[in-house]
Amino acid sequence: MRDEKKNKDVLEEVTTGEYKYGFVTDIESDQAAKGLTEDTVRFISKKKNEPEWLLEFRLKAYRHWLTLEEPDWALLHHPPIDYQDIIYYSAPRPKKELENLDEIDPELLDTFNKLGISLEEQKRLSGVAVDAVIDSVSVKTTFQDTLAKHDIIFCSISDAVKNHPDLVKKYLGTVVPYTDNYFAALNSAVFSDGSFCYIPKGVRCPIELSTYFRINAANTGQFERTLLIADEGAYVSYLEGCTAPMRDENQLHAAIVEIVTYDDAEVKYSTVQNWYPGSKEGKGGIYNFVTKRGLCKGRNSKISWTQVETGSAITWKYPSCILLGDNSVGEFYSVAVTNNYQQADTGTKMIHIGKNTKSTIISKGISAGRSNNSYRGLVRVSKNADNARNYSQCDSLLLGDKCGAHTFPYIKTGNDTAIVEHEATTSKISDDQLFYCQQRGIDKEKAIGLIVNGYAKQVLNKLPMEFAVEAQKLLAITLEGSVG
Amino acid sequence: MGKIKKTVYPLEEILIRHFSNHFERLSSHDIPKVTKMRREAMAAFQQTGFPHKKMENWRNTDMEGVYEEELAVFDREIPFEKALSEIFLCEVHGFEARVLSVLNGSFYSSEEEKLTVDKNGVIVGSLAKAMQEYPELVEKYYGEIMQQTDGFKSLNTAMAADGVFIYVPDNVEVENTFQIINILNKPKLVINVRNLIILGKNARLRLLHCDDSVNHHAGFINKVSETYLGENAELELYKLQNLNNETALLNQTAIHQSANSRLKVNVLSLNGGLIRNEITDLMNGEGAWSDIRGLYLMDQQQHIDNQVFVYHNMPHCNSNQLFKGILDNEATGVFNGYIYVARDAQQTNAFQRNSNILLTKTAQVDTMPHLEIYADDVKCSHGASVGQLDNEALFYLMQRGIPFDDARMLLLYAYADAIIKEISISALRISIEDMVKRRLRGDLSICDRCVLHCSNPASPVIFDIDLSKI
Amino acid sequence: MLLNIKNLHVSIDGKEIIKGLNFSVNKGEIHAIMGPNGTGKSTLAAAITGREGYEITQGEIIFKGQVINDWSPDKRANEGVFLSFQYPIEIPGVSMTNFMRTALNARREYRKLPPVSAGDFLRKMEEKKKLVDIQSKLTNRSVNEGFSGGEKKKNEIFQMAMLEPELAILDETDSGLDIDALKVVANGVNQLKSGENAFIVITHYQRLLEYIVPDFVHVMYDGRIVKSGGKGLALELEERGYEWIKEQFDD
Repeated sequence: MRDEKKNKDVLEEVTTGEYKYGFVTDIESDQAAKGLTEDTVRFISKKKNEPEWLLEFRLKAYRHWLTLEEPDWALLHHPPIDYQDIIYYSAPRPKKELENLDEIDPELLDTFNKLGISLEEQKRLSGVAVDAVIDSVSVKTTFQDTLAKHDIIFCSISDAVKNHPDLVKKYLGTVVPYTDNYFAALNSAVFSDGSFCYIPKGVRCPIELSTYFRINAANTGQFERTLLIADEGAYVSYLEGCTAPMRDENQLHAAIVEIVTYDDAEVKYSTVQNWYPGSKEGKGGIYNFVTKRGLCKGRNSKISWTQVETGSAITWKYPSCILLGDNSVGEFYSVAVTNNYQQADTGTKMIHIGKNTKSTIISKGISAGRSNNSYRGLVRVSKNADNARNYSQCDSLLLGDKCGAHTFPYIKTGNDTAIVEHEATTSKISDDQLFYCQQRGIDKEKAIGLIVNGYAKQVLNKLPMEFAVEAQKLLAITLEGSVG
Repeated sequence: MGKIKKTVYPLEEILIRHFSNHFERLSSHDIPKVTKMRREAMAAFQQTGFPHKKMENWRNTDMEGVYEEELAVFDREIPFEKALSEIFLCEVHGFEARVLSVLNGSFYSSEEEKLTVDKNGVIVGSLAKAMQEYPELVEKYYGEIMQQTDGFKSLNTAMAADGVFIYVPDNVEVENTFQIINILNKPKLVINVRNLIILGKNARLRLLHCDDSVNHHAGFINKVSETYLGENAELELYKLQNLNNETALLNQTAIHQSANSRLKVNVLSLNGGLIRNEITDLMNGEGAWSDIRGLYLMDQQQHIDNQVFVYHNMPHCNSNQLFKGILDNEATGVFNGYIYVARDAQQTNAFQRNSNILLTKTAQVDTMPHLEIYADDVKCSHGASVGQLDNEALFYLMQRGIPFDDARMLLLYAYADAIIKEISISALRISIEDMVKRRLRGDLSICDRCVLHCSNPASPVIFDIDLSKI
Repeated sequence: MLLNIKNLHVSIDGKEIIKGLNFSVNKGEIHAIMGPNGTGKSTLAAAITGREGYEITQGEIIFKGQVINDWSPDKRANEGVFLSFQYPIEIPGVSMTNFMRTALNARREYRKLPPVSAGDFLRKMEEKKKLVDIQSKLTNRSVNEGFSGGEKKKNEIFQMAMLEPELAILDETDSGLDIDALKVVANGVNQLKSGENAFIVITHYQRLLEYIVPDFVHVMYDGRIVKSGGKGLALELEERGYEWIKEQFDD
């Protein structure tokens, strides 16, 4: 009995890591008035000097949003969100006139340095091009020259609207239409910035592309939008990271990511989501409602989602693949960690439409503290998706007896040549494993870290090198406080 | 729940009207608790109406066809003429069972057999009669186990007039198997039937529950069964469903398990236009154990929906679910398995598996094996799969000289065997093995042992009793 | 004295398994503990290493002059107690290399030494692998995952070689081993043996003791050591079985 208690103490100890990205940068910002009306939508559009068609798109989305109700099917509990109490546009305002456009506010630069993201290209050891988005606006995109050599377009979506309007117009809202869901409609109405990327035919992007999102200003929501097109035979690996300061109130983040891949193209999209999760007592934190979807439009195309979700008070997120092209492949690898009062309802949708389409789902949920962690996933095989294959494995690990781990798969199969398999287990770290490690001199705290990282390894291995290290550390911080 | 209904169907109106017009008759046998529950349940039904596809648990089963049927409510007693077993045989060779017949929703027997008390204290018979003779027993359990989570359960609570009542006292192990046979023999009926089964401490019972059709009439059966298992009690429950394509059967069973009780359920759905089995297993005592299995073999445009909810409310309980199905032609199948482990229900073992074989491009299956877990010292797993017969196994058999059709049949049968082999009554198992084989071969529709052979219009129905008279 | 156990009583779930055991080990010695199944041999190993659920109700375990009754398992390990498990556990996703490096560094940290460098660590791995003839593909895999019974036992000895304990307890290390694997394991142990360390070999059969020659043999029965002697005792047990011991003590 005494030992059991000891065990719990250690668990509690190791599950009380602190959030270390919670600082606020003192940057003046240019903001819209609180609340959301047609005028807000017009204000944002005007601020960004947008063409008429985009304003129309936004207004349609806004009007549609008014007709919708917030979805309530996820296993998430939060007080009602007051959509009129949010600032929908906030842009960092430069303190002095910049001599050239590439020069950015040093305080801002400092923010990203603190986050471990260098915006100064020469300092980068590994070639990763970064588009940094703070609050609502993209502040800097690096490695432009290298990318230009390959005719790769990688810029903020605002720049893309200015410089490549035809491309944006052609794809925006085609994978996630504004009618898709409540938060997609909201984002379509008020999205402020985000990244745009186009990889031309036959080009393998030589460096990793990355967007770094940061919410800084108080009371603001962040609504970014990412659009990624891989033309025939193209390849790109794309990384996304997110953090926010510690604040007592909840902040809303409702993003959209759309991906289109043509014949033989491949997109690898990796996320390390570390928005502020709220305090240990469950105060504050980001409400993260995100719609991410990829369309495998061409034959033999492939979209692979990898996510490490450690942050946010609430996560509502289902990165999905529509496997339209014959032989297309969809993958979803996820590690979701919840601690204290965090709640996550996350998973994926794999929609098999083309013939010989394949999908793989590997989800590892880890719950600690008083948190709740749900996997929710849909696998649908349509009538004509001959020889479709899906394999899903969704495991949950419970650390402590006050948390919850849930699994909600939905499998819809309408084709007799399809093979769909789903496996799931729920367990805790076994006492035998802990004792074995301890007998070798590894203390309980380290042992838990070791075992949890081992448990998540299948997914962590899918991340690009730089991110994998970052992710392992994050797991450690979220769960153990000290273990690396 | 909570979603406000949008459409009012004619059938709803018929039911509501019938309720107010015939309330006196409907409640004539009631104990006061039941009468009170009827009123409340009808009010709830008027609020929610029939379940619809927007409700999470009804997403994949469309009952609209039933709602739009012109059905008549039937809740009368049927005067006894002849033992049902003389005209309807669902017999199993070498299997002695005590048959309890329910015809068109009411307990069908001679007056003296309406409710009997055996030497060992076992009470068996009509629920309506039991309300009058053992009001305190009925009062204690009725409506306490099944939660009214949707319109059908409310409707049943409001309108069910009769059904089977079984009471097994403490320490009594019933030797024979009890067999409930439910039959509709009038066209276009909607029937609300209710069963109450109580097992005392250390009591033991085997129960076979058959739903059969004897003709091609359309009908809708809305059945609620409440079962209470006392401490260390043991129930083996077999459900055998062999209905015509026009019948919709809604089988809602809730079981309360006290400490160390054991529950074995085996649901065999061989035929039926639309069958939905809901099994709610409430593990309310420590050390409870349950094993819930099902086999469904559907073809044509049949629809099968199995919903299994296992609530681990207490520590040290074990549960297992295994459902297997074969879907042919345009048949559709749904499996919704749910395991809930309450906070502090430590040392729980809960397993769940659903596997399906689709035989045609037009068959379809939706499976949702869900886990909701709030305790950490648990072993829970679930799995679901949809696929085909193993081509290598098929080739292996054919290489040994077995023709394709036989090889396929052999493999299908082997696939179903995991469920069938768990039937502990050997005579019943042999009989069901035989039925499954015939079913897979395609020469069994409705109950093969039924003397009516009504499923095969080519061979004329031969029987000498005029069914319309009973 | 390296290990000194005085009047030890150990219970599991309130049931007394070890009932007043006295036992001591000096550096440079090999002790064999034999006895029929269910007499408390593995319980003794668990009590010395501090496994959860094994409650010491009376007596003391003294290691290098300190009472370790209340120490955590990792503290005992870092002081130099090593257990070769009867059933080594699998830890999915944790590579052997990572596991060993973490364990080794934990020990160094305990002794206030800097972490081992990657190069030194790998060299040490290579050197010790040879000792038990363990293949590189095994150390690249997750801890014990997918290992055969023999491989698991070899892996235990390999870890012992890496961690260089002062007191090693081999719990039924011979069970499930064929004769070749047994020789490899014994050879490993004999090479590691020195005047600075000691071994406790728990075994059911005499077979292992042909290869690892004990200085002392103890027979455990019903939670106590009922007979001690030299290596001749093992042979006597082999010949006569355990029945005569049982008869002697059952009344």
